[in-house]
Amino acid sequence: MGHITSEDVKKIAHLSRLDLSEEEIALFSEQLESILDYIEKLSEVDIEGIEPFMNAAAEGNVFREDEIRESLSTDEALSNAPQKGGGFFKVPEVIQ
Amino acid sequence: MDITTTTAAGLAKAIKEKQTTSREAVAAYLGRIESHDGKIGAFLNTYPEEALKNAEEVDARIAKGEATGPLAGVPVAVKDNICIKGKTATCSSKMLAEVAPPYDSHVAEQLRKAGAIVIGKTNLDEFAMGSSTENSAMKLTRNPWDTQRIPGGSSGGSAAAVAAGFAPLALGSDTGASTRQPASLCGCVGFKPTYGMVSRWGLIAFGSSLDQIGPFARTVEDAALLMNAISGPDRRDSTCTKNAAPDFTANLKDGINGMKIGVPTEYFNTDGLDSEVRAKVMEAIETMKAEGAEIVEISLPMLEYAVPTYYIIATAEASSNLARFDGVHYGHRAEEPGNIIDLFSKSREEGFGAEVKRRIMLGTYVLSAGYYDAYYLRALRVRQRIADDFSSAFKKVDVIAAPVSPCTAFKVGEKSQDPLAMYLSDIYTISANLAAIPAISVPCGSSSQGLPIGLQLMGERFRDADLLKAAYAYEQATGTIPQIAPLG
Repeated sequence: MGHITSEDVKKIAHLSRLDLSEEEIALFSEQLESILDYIEKLSEVDIEGIEPFMNAAAEGNVFREDEIRESLSTDEALSNAPQKGGGFFKVPEVIQ
Repeated sequence: MDITTTTAAGLAKAIKEKQTTSREAVAAYLGRIESHDGKIGAFLNTYPEEALKNAEEVDARIAKGEATGPLAGVPVAVKDNICIKGKTATCSSKMLAEVAPPYDSHVAEQLRKAGAIVIGKTNLDEFAMGSSTENSAMKLTRNPWDTQRIPGGSSGGSAAAVAAGFAPLALGSDTGASTRQPASLCGCVGFKPTYGMVSRWGLIAFGSSLDQIGPFARTVEDAALLMNAISGPDRRDSTCTKNAAPDFTANLKDGINGMKIGVPTEYFNTDGLDSEVRAKVMEAIETMKAEGAEIVEISLPMLEYAVPTYYIIATAEASSNLARFDGVHYGHRAEEPGNIIDLFSKSREEGFGAEVKRRIMLGTYVLSAGYYDAYYLRALRVRQRIADDFSSAFKKVDVIAAPVSPCTAFKVGEKSQDPLAMYLSDIYTISANLAAIPAISVPCGSSSQGLPIGLQLMGERFRDADLLKAAYAYEQATGTIPQIAPLG
């Protein structure tokens, strides 16, 4: 892989929804580059005709009957909310 | 009887037969925590009043001759990424410092049914990301055998708790090493079951195709007892087996005469494998041979690709799993955000520590447009080859023997500034998660400095009981039950 620039890191940080500091951007540029260099090792592996490993569960998905059961109450679901009101999660104004 | 040096099996029996009480047992462990955890730092929280009350209830039921569970009255510690209703589940992150889930994990329900008493929750690397527990935002945990050293990770608190005699049993989780490596470094048993053997419901997700809850104990039999309590189907986890769990203690003592044990050459010829670790593991293999096992040299050539494959798949899954921590529903919220994107980005920036951010960034990168095929899809195909390596090996052998960690416990701070060096400490353990197979760490002696060393045994998918049988036979052949750390 090529060089990881601080612009690349800023773009990934935006996609990751992380408001990184300038120091973190510099540090992560360096560290991600060395990790990606290491990961590059996988290009040596012959994967011709190998299907991707898609499900770690040996039995495949284990389905259940779709039955109505009791679930968390509104109060319980909101019990850890940083801000709530009227039975809802509260957030800052979204549409300005 | 000396409660804190008794095995969980011995303690369960003594409580059932009224030679002691659960209350006495819980009080003894709480007392030892009170006296010594200040210098170890295994626990984030203990629940003395509730634990004693629950213990008294168990004692009352036993006194009345009522049926109780197989772990009735036995204290258990739980890693703090596993939900217990009403108790904080911090994942050792500022993000979840105040969050108390309103529901129980499957394993918490199962512990209750078995009569076990949860005495507290243990420290971990933030969101289980790390190999030393130094990534905890809460506290440092120290190795009970040498407090200048780390206990391993990410379940460092659970391993240290068992090794220090703070609890006879603990639960951890294992995504790449996190039960086996700390068990190895602390000198106790740590087991990662087959993927799907234990429900992940209520385990706060890191890498969902790799995560598995597993037991810590001082003996293999105790680990098997805890497996009996926690494994089996759960309607809330579609990756969990639909078949009833076996009794892991049923054939535990059958011995290993005629069992074929594979020794993968690659695992013993790696750069960076400490010579004392190598010697102790080879010695353990000789012990198993003396017990009647047939030793077969095998090859697992994909070993060198396990760490890079893991760091693509685990971080990709983590970046997706940790997207839920957005400052809206629960967890840390930044003050006075300008808009909704700002709310997400600032809350996450403030709530997560460096290693978690690094992994979210790496995971987001390998999944992003233009890189998905080159990294993520390639890693999934290499993962299949790693799994194929093991499938071929298990056509020839029943169990594979290897080191757990390439070195003994390192010093606090020694590797914390070099993420890649830290990642490489998981080289021998990661493949079991990638191949979804069971693997266990059993103590196999200590270094000249007195630091514990672990033997890793890996088995075929859903043959966990056979794997435990092999581990038990080895442990019995050594003739010693690992001591708890003296702690002065």
